[in-house]
Amino acid sequence: MAETLIQKIVAQQAPAAAPAAGAPFIRIEDVSLYYGASKALKNISLNLDEKVVTAFIGPSGCGKSTLLRCLNRMNDLIDNVRIDGCIKIGGHDIYAGDVDVIELRKRVGMVFQKSNPFPKSIYENVAYGLRLHGMKSKSDLDAAVEQSLRSSALWDEVKDRLHSSALGLSGGQQQRLCIARAIAIKPDIILMDEPASALDPIATSRIEELILELKKDFTIVIVTHNMQQAARISDQTAFFYIGELIEFGPTAKIFTNPSQKRTEDYVTGRFG
Amino acid sequence: MTPEPKSEQPRPHGWIGIHRGHKARPVEWLAEKFIFLVSLSAIAMVLLIFLFVAREAMPVFFGEANTALIQPTIPVAELDKHSPAELQRYLDLTPEQYKSVDHDTLLALMQGKLDEQNEVPENFRKDADARINTTEWKYLLQSHQWSGYDRPEYIWQPVGQIKKFNIIPLIVGTLKVTLIGLLFAVPLAVGAAIYVSQLARPRVREVVKPVIEMLSGIPSVVVGFFALLVLATVLQKIFGYQTRLNAFVAGIALGFAVIPVIFSIAEDALTSVPRAYTQAALALGASRWQTAWQIVLPAAIPGVFAATVLGFGRAIGETMIVLMVCSASVMSWSIFDSARSITTTIAAEMGEVVAGGPHYRILFLLGALLFAATFVSNMIGDFVIHRFKNKLEGKR
Amino acid sequence: MNGTQARHFRADKFDFWSFFFSGLTGLATLFIIGILVTILVNIIYNGWSSLSWHFVSTIPTDLFNMKTTGILPMIVGTTIRVFVMTIFVIPVGVITAIYLTEYAPNTSLITRVIRAAVNNLAGVPSIVFGLFGLGFFINFVGKNMDLLLHNPTSVWGRPALIWAALTLAVMTLPVVIVATEESLKAIPPGLREASLALGATKLETILKIVLPQALPGILTGGILAVSRAAGEVAPILLTGVCTYMVGLPHSPTDQFMDLGYHVFILSTQSNDIDATRPILYATVLVLLMLTFALNIVAILIRARVRKKLRALG
Ligand SMILES: Nc1ncnc2c1ncn2[C@@H]1O[C@H](COP(=O)(O)OP(=O)(O)O)[C@@H](O)[C@H]1O
Ligand SMILES: [Mg+2]
Repeated sequence: MAETLIQKIVAQQAPAAAPAAGAPFIRIEDVSLYYGASKALKNISLNLDEKVVTAFIGPSGCGKSTLLRCLNRMNDLIDNVRIDGCIKIGGHDIYAGDVDVIELRKRVGMVFQKSNPFPKSIYENVAYGLRLHGMKSKSDLDAAVEQSLRSSALWDEVKDRLHSSALGLSGGQQQRLCIARAIAIKPDIILMDEPASALDPIATSRIEELILELKKDFTIVIVTHNMQQAARISDQTAFFYIGELIEFGPTAKIFTNPSQKRTEDYVTGRFG
Repeated sequence: MTPEPKSEQPRPHGWIGIHRGHKARPVEWLAEKFIFLVSLSAIAMVLLIFLFVAREAMPVFFGEANTALIQPTIPVAELDKHSPAELQRYLDLTPEQYKSVDHDTLLALMQGKLDEQNEVPENFRKDADARINTTEWKYLLQSHQWSGYDRPEYIWQPVGQIKKFNIIPLIVGTLKVTLIGLLFAVPLAVGAAIYVSQLARPRVREVVKPVIEMLSGIPSVVVGFFALLVLATVLQKIFGYQTRLNAFVAGIALGFAVIPVIFSIAEDALTSVPRAYTQAALALGASRWQTAWQIVLPAAIPGVFAATVLGFGRAIGETMIVLMVCSASVMSWSIFDSARSITTTIAAEMGEVVAGGPHYRILFLLGALLFAATFVSNMIGDFVIHRFKNKLEGKR
Repeated sequence: MNGTQARHFRADKFDFWSFFFSGLTGLATLFIIGILVTILVNIIYNGWSSLSWHFVSTIPTDLFNMKTTGILPMIVGTTIRVFVMTIFVIPVGVITAIYLTEYAPNTSLITRVIRAAVNNLAGVPSIVFGLFGLGFFINFVGKNMDLLLHNPTSVWGRPALIWAALTLAVMTLPVVIVATEESLKAIPPGLREASLALGATKLETILKIVLPQALPGILTGGILAVSRAAGEVAPILLTGVCTYMVGLPHSPTDQFMDLGYHVFILSTQSNDIDATRPILYATVLVLLMLTFALNIVAILIRARVRKKLRALG
């Protein structure tokens, strides 16, 4: 197998973070999901560790977004969805009958493919979640907004126009604002669904830097179409194909020495 | 870009906190139930409209109203020989009223009934019509040989000693005015819809469409006023007929009111015919008009039909225009005679009737009839449009 | 179609029928616009000269005399009945629209029935609403209120401002529902997802994200309802309007005078139509200005919102 660009990238990476001791943080056990009659996820089992960046890759329509949205139960919003199997986070079954999805979503933040800032000011966008969860005092809010904007590397660009509309920001800035908004409420996990797919290369690289930075504090699961991106930022990679998990392992291994033929075909760009 | 080091440690996993259950949010739960209940109000209103319009008309349905001038009487002394139900009917009381009157009042009422019968003028004593209950279905729907008339006739004449409630003249009047209105409005509205959707340049379309729709913003009382003061005179000059106010004027004015309805729906239907059809025809060298006539219009026929049906529903329900332009209830199919529609009758006569009396009930019966007619035409119209749209989407 | 070959040079060939029918449909369009323009010009031309501040600000003593008449009570009556109507119709209409777009499962039976009911309500003739107001609000609700309150004389069980307003609220319910639904549907679903993903409840999302966005649309719906109701006469005919009363209405159980009804009275009850004509035209002009101004405001708001939402993508 000729050395591809991706393998070069992987070769430059620091060795993968050591797996955390003890039980895995996110346990996906034999999960199947049906949209009406069609089965979009087929018996997926996967364990994700804490403070690790996991990438979901695979051709379009293979169920990456669907699985991601299972983790904060966004699929509950869609009619006629049925989920079998079990997903445990921190040892708690998030589909158990007594689970309050609102509390779950506070702990599992999400960034969407298409940046979707609220049509409010930059400040209000970040403060929205904080207010929802009971932060009232102006000084607390100011401090928290600043900190989130700094963590998402947006502070310097927007500090002079915090109260102007978020819709005036560039695409990349809007997406970083969405990240700031998500981390403001201090979730444990951040789900990102192709966060950079609509951005230009410079904006994309800023987002990638940001993700590497955020990984110190958060468990990140990112869906990406871009294999080089997966190789640059993730520690673990899961490859999906038509609703099935084909292969899961350390990113370096998936990209340099996959054990499945289909994975190899995909990461070397032979299809998808 | 150097993010400030985080001052705090990430918070400990409070994952046990997710187990608080849905019931932990009573406000949310209550709000959802409340919103659901409120949203049922539209259904409730339709049901209530039907229920209460029908409720007031009920006694006519079941033949409980009696307008016969001369009725068999019951001597006061025989009060106890009759059942409460009979007495209640005899005295024209509602069951609640009957329960609330005591024995003495009952006797007084019986005497009153006798006196009333004794006061019937002598000349009616020999008149067969005076013994007829004119609210029976037979007299509402069929012609009848009234005394003093040469032949059986359909007559709506709700005032006087012998009240005649034949609703056929009203139905004929309604249909007459409505058909004139539609004959006038449909060609114009559909023609304009074809022009605006198929032939006009986009700039023209953007101006013309809202302008035509503005016509629906004119209150019908204003259209009626205009017809009464201006249109009637103009039309009389043009056509030179005798009576200035007649079904023809009313129909044309009604047309003004339904044109925007028909136009909007037809235009929508014509525009929703896929562009691929027209492009193909144009590519073959057909002219814009040929494309519109041979390709688009046939494809949009169901939509145009639905527009007409919905325009019909709007027209038979229109009140003020017809009320202001023509009034007399003559049974005639001539368009230059006056005509009185169902809506007009209700509007003009409801103010003067005794609540609960037979005339009142029959006006509600007319209302129920109107409601049923518009309900059916709306159902048909919506159904056809729905199927039309689905079909287009399926093909696309 | 005969021979595509020849057709390619259609421009050279004069097609009579094409010309004829295109002209005909164009004429139909012009004719309709002509009707509208004629009505408007006629009313503005004749109404403008007799319109005066005195006329719109005077309480009349003789309806048919230009010198002593005025239409202040009619303007007040129409305004109040429409205002009271909005108090009822906007909350109910908006909440129904919220249920339909935000809560209801799209395909469920109940949603379909609600939609069918809304559609039907929109098609019920206005006089039937009048009958309904009389049969339900006055003869049922009002009469029973009188019984419960032990009123010696009928207070609620007769035609009144409140019953007219409620009748109109039922009539305009579909207008508000449809306009609100349209504006709710235009809000990008991504905004709702973003809010929910931040741990907002559905209610919080609706109150803080969805409704502020939908506000202009709701406003448009309200204005359209007001403009429709302001010109309606048939439903109030049986439920609360009166030809003449002294002074202005003071309580919800008072009757009221009304612009549209006044037009009807002036044009059908006058002994000397020539003398009444100026009054009539001026009244019609005021009514028309009221309904048209509202309509145009609604159209402008709607256009602005559409543009804004398009920018949002
Ligand atoms: N809301 C939905 N309803 C029905 N089918 C859906 C829905 N969302 C996604 N799907 C289907 O599920 C499969 C997986 O979709 P998705 O998870 O979005 O793929 P990916 O993100 O990997 O491109 C696809 O076949 C898609 O058509
Ligand atoms: Mg996806």
